[in-house]
Amino acid sequence: MEKLSLGGQIVQYLFTGVTVGSIYGMVALGFNIIYNVTEMINFAQGEFVMLGGLIMVFSARFLPLPVAFCVTVAALTAIGAVMERSTINPLKNATVLTLIIVTIAVSILLKGIAMFIWGKDPYIMKPFSGAEPFQVFGAAIQTQAFWVLGISGVIVLLLTLFFRKTRYGKAMLACADNPEAARLVGIKVKLMVLLSFALSAAIGAAAGAVITPISLMEYDRGALLGLKGFGAAVLGGLGSFSGAVVAGLLLGVVESLCAGFVSSGYKDAVALLLLLLVLFVRPSGLFGNVEASKIKKF
Amino acid sequence: MSRGNLITLSATVLLIIIFPVLVTRVEAISHYLDVMVFVGIFSMITMGLSLLMGYAGQISLGHAAFFGLGAYTSGILCVKLAVSPWLAMVAGALLTAVVAYAVGVPSLKLKGHYLAMATLGFGVIVNIVFNEEVELTGGPSGLSNIPGLKIFGLPIRGELLFYFLVWSMVILVLIFCLNVIHSRVGRALRSIHDSEVAADAMGVETARYKVMIFVLSAVLASLGGSLYAHYVGFLSPSSFNLLFSIRLVMMVVVGGMHSLWGALLGTWLLTFLGNEWLHVFKDFDILVYGAILLFVVMALPEGLVSVVPRLSHMWKRGRESEG
Amino acid sequence: METRQHQPSELLQVDSLEKSFGGIRALQGLTFAVPAGAIKAVIGPNGAGKTTLFNLVTGIFLPTRGTISLNGETISGRRPQEIARLGVSRTFQNVLVFGRMTVLENVMVGRHMRSRASALSAGLRVPWMRREEQEIQARAMERLDFVGLAERAKERAGNLPLGEQKLLEVARALATEPKILLLDEPAGGLNTRETERLAELIRRIREQGITVVLVEHDMNLVMDVSDDIVVISFGQKIAEGKPWEIKKHPAVIEAYLGEEADYANA
Repeated sequence: MEKLSLGGQIVQYLFTGVTVGSIYGMVALGFNIIYNVTEMINFAQGEFVMLGGLIMVFSARFLPLPVAFCVTVAALTAIGAVMERSTINPLKNATVLTLIIVTIAVSILLKGIAMFIWGKDPYIMKPFSGAEPFQVFGAAIQTQAFWVLGISGVIVLLLTLFFRKTRYGKAMLACADNPEAARLVGIKVKLMVLLSFALSAAIGAAAGAVITPISLMEYDRGALLGLKGFGAAVLGGLGSFSGAVVAGLLLGVVESLCAGFVSSGYKDAVALLLLLLVLFVRPSGLFGNVEASKIKKF
Repeated sequence: MSRGNLITLSATVLLIIIFPVLVTRVEAISHYLDVMVFVGIFSMITMGLSLLMGYAGQISLGHAAFFGLGAYTSGILCVKLAVSPWLAMVAGALLTAVVAYAVGVPSLKLKGHYLAMATLGFGVIVNIVFNEEVELTGGPSGLSNIPGLKIFGLPIRGELLFYFLVWSMVILVLIFCLNVIHSRVGRALRSIHDSEVAADAMGVETARYKVMIFVLSAVLASLGGSLYAHYVGFLSPSSFNLLFSIRLVMMVVVGGMHSLWGALLGTWLLTFLGNEWLHVFKDFDILVYGAILLFVVMALPEGLVSVVPRLSHMWKRGRESEG
Repeated sequence: METRQHQPSELLQVDSLEKSFGGIRALQGLTFAVPAGAIKAVIGPNGAGKTTLFNLVTGIFLPTRGTISLNGETISGRRPQEIARLGVSRTFQNVLVFGRMTVLENVMVGRHMRSRASALSAGLRVPWMRREEQEIQARAMERLDFVGLAERAKERAGNLPLGEQKLLEVARALATEPKILLLDEPAGGLNTRETERLAELIRRIREQGITVVLVEHDMNLVMDVSDDIVVISFGQKIAEGKPWEIKKHPAVIEAYLGEEADYANA
């Protein structure tokens, strides 16, 4: 096999980075949606992605791809809604600690259920279209990567439209800004919370479904995905959608370059170190509002 | 010490002494002694965690890292440099204190979810280091042949001796922690939990106390780790992962965060469940964990230990109505 | 912008104090002094910046401009704990008692700065620490007695009615042995009898040699108890003087015209 030129290597890592980074961006979007409406962090966000991947693998065996995709997204939307109704909604004056533990408990449960149904082995599925990778400067770019980027792009677009143009979207943003005022104006805050969970789960599902042909999926992938996605969310400024996407891509590229040129064993640590750095030095993130982050509950 | 605590302490000491006598008589449960050693080791960690979470009102989702730092320092120093185990334990505690301080100072400026995530991230990073530094730690295949402990030349071999060693240490730490709670320091910690602003106004150095209790809890975890290394003789990074950090938090929450006795109760229950009673579920024990955690945090937020005053209240009510 | 000659008997001095939050100017060019041993009231319509003033004095906020000094020593810009140690203590408008602790324990936290036991000496329960504990408890009980809450000592602070929680905050603040005590709306939510007892308590505090500054809306209490009054409106001082002067002051009357008739009834 021909040795890749430096240029080829860089292209390879960049592309991998951007691909995996858009997944981080989507996970970050999921975090932001829930955070914006409820000011809480959903520790089970990574599990949504994991389940998305596994359900997609499963349904793609019996159903045509587009249908399987829709089934996956619908299934996770339901799971997100059930989670909110059964665990978040009943907690009235819960402390931050209680909320943290509740979402952790749900993440453990979801992981256990996944292990129960699918076992511990990783699952692979065929790429959505074509099997032969592209060749650019000698680097092999998988076709699935374009699907990842494409679907991520569509999701970002749809979300932007949703939050800017639709009634529900604008209502959700209003809740984020000022739940008291929102309630006074007649917005059903509880419904918005439910929507935020359902929407986050749906996005997670899409992310999981589209990345599995590239990086496989197994029952315990959720934690690391969630952590890195959170890292992207904080890096981009918690609550900022555009920040999440940009930070996710940045994170993915940095991680990929590190894995390629420094050490692949430590690649996971890169994202986490970045997370810690941001939290310690500039918790408002690259694009966040410094004043706002000081006034926020934490 | 208050009467209530003194009674509970005496009862606990009594139980600790009687337990091996009872359990070794019955063949079927004689291995419970081994489980109780682990309960003791984990209790070292959870007592510290209880002080951090229940009294100072902070959270750590990365304490498995400190447990691991103590374990691996003891393991590596003893196996590779033939250092005396007790010295290695102290070295482990010192290293952990330094790391905990370095991580704690910036982390404890954060609150709530941010703090949780920071400690989570830290714990995972340390676990990755355990896995990757193969020359030092043996990586995923593990570190073995860790020697046992000796006291004045007497080797602490076998479950029974180790059981008494561990539980003696636990009782000493317990008394120490109880004393701290019922002191100026304990009140300062609790004041931080209830209202950090008011605590500041009363001159309580909130930032310093938070870091101090974080470091203390880390050092206790490290001591537990060293004991673990010498008991099991073998270390693998998978014992010091995120799931274990979460299990530790579970032990504290399920037992009752705001009480050291709660930490002990929760540790005992979850260790027995994990090592023994849930074996029928094999790997699916995490499903049971998740369910228990969810149930407790939603229905019994003060933990199992809060059932005790409720029961005694009902008992008193019952006797009143009889009279 | 006003500057004053610093009198030696002045305990607290606020000089050209300004505080802005982003675009909002909460306090502007505020200058006044509190003589030692006085009871000074700070009044003004809602949102005038009174609690912000307290938060600046006690170090919760940093001034945008200007200084605050205690006995000639600058305290603005220092941390809350340092300022507390220099002898400034306070109560809070939205009552911040330590709810999960007992009434007595709350006041004992007030003794924190006047005690030394570390975690190590506490954990080992060394003799001097035990003696110190006894002293902390005795002093705390004294303060509880002083405010009239001695019977509540063993009760959970969070279970107390509002009026008693406010008294508890006073006892806790007094336990720090302050030179100056800042009371933030101590009469909020109290009935007439409770307010009278509060007035009496404030006088007894002054008798102990402690200077008192109070932010208040209850004009009866203010007129009854204060030596001096500063009036703040929209972040600026609009009047300062004796109670009978302030009552008649045209700027003050105008500032309050939009408010409830508390003022007219004083």
